Amino acid sequence: MTASNPKRHFLRGTRDALPFLLVIIPFAALFGVVATEAGLNVAEVMGFSVLVIAGAAQFTAVQLMTENAPTVIVILTSLAVNMRMAMYSASLTPYLGSAPIWQRGLVAYLMVDQAYALSQIKFEMERELTVPERFAYYVGTVAPLAPFWYGASYIGAVAGAQVPPEFALDFALPITFLAMIAPALRSMAHVASALTSVVLALLMAWMPYGSGLLVAAIGAMVVGAQVELYMERRAA
Amino acid sequence: MEELNHTTVWFVIFAMAIGSFLIRFSFLGIIGDRQMPEWVLRHLRYTPVAVLPGLVAPLVFWPAATGGSPDPARMGAALVTLAVGYFSKNVLAAILSGAATLYGLLFLLG
Repeated sequence: MTASNPKRHFLRGTRDALPFLLVIIPFAALFGVVATEAGLNVAEVMGFSVLVIAGAAQFTAVQLMTENAPTVIVILTSLAVNMRMAMYSASLTPYLGSAPIWQRGLVAYLMVDQAYALSQIKFEMERELTVPERFAYYVGTVAPLAPFWYGASYIGAVAGAQVPPEFALDFALPITFLAMIAPALRSMAHVASALTSVVLALLMAWMPYGSGLLVAAIGAMVVGAQVELYMERRAA
Repeated sequence: MEELNHTTVWFVIFAMAIGSFLIRFSFLGIIGDRQMPEWVLRHLRYTPVAVLPGLVAPLVFWPAATGGSPDPARMGAALVTLAVGYFSKNVLAAILSGAATLYGLLFLLG
């Protein structure tokens, strides 16, 4: 028999997450730079990166504060950008819901797109993993990302130098997300869901505070589920 | 630019920290190990492919860096990343070829 081996799964998670350092480091440094230019001090930059640990929402908050948006709007808009995490939380629940409460709390604190996407895909493909193995894999994926997220934010805040626009760092995020999604497109239902997401997100881009993305995501989940049912019925 | 009020900044940080944690903890915390119905699970399976493409699409089609007008270098990089990731199933290969395409096209199209 093969004994449950969380340590091995932790290391697999870490190895799977290493490519994302290429993106996390510049992205975090850019946050430090942008936030410092907006007038935040180093402690505040680190407060964001350590306590909030959500890149897109952090950029949104800083952007709105520099536009002198009302504080309530700053908070609600940035949280709306993070609402996708509620869907991540729901989709991890079947795999990690029976873990101890402190582990679920840690999973929640460390929930970033990269860790979520790697783990969800892994759990779906390897159904036989035990809950401790899944937890180990998940924490393993964040283990290399979080320290560099903190560290690079700090360096960006301290260095504060202008990153030349030629580096096109704005595109680091789209490239990572596309690289994560492409291997997950392994059935007609997944492809249909992804296409629906793109089309609806573009059509709903006018909606305020990123709410269009939520509409697009819900529509895309319904399409994915319906195509799956249709394919099953046809195969039966 | 006006000086930021540092008390407000910390208020925003703590409010976002608590709010973000509650959003992330929501289902994991409340539902726990109770079984969710099959139709719910069927929808949740598509969460990554339903969220991330929509998050990226406007950044690909209307990048802020070009003032929101479509940019061949970014479109090309997105296509190459997607194609390499799809056929190789290798995330690192996809990221590197996407970055190479982006810089190559930005250089060529100047």
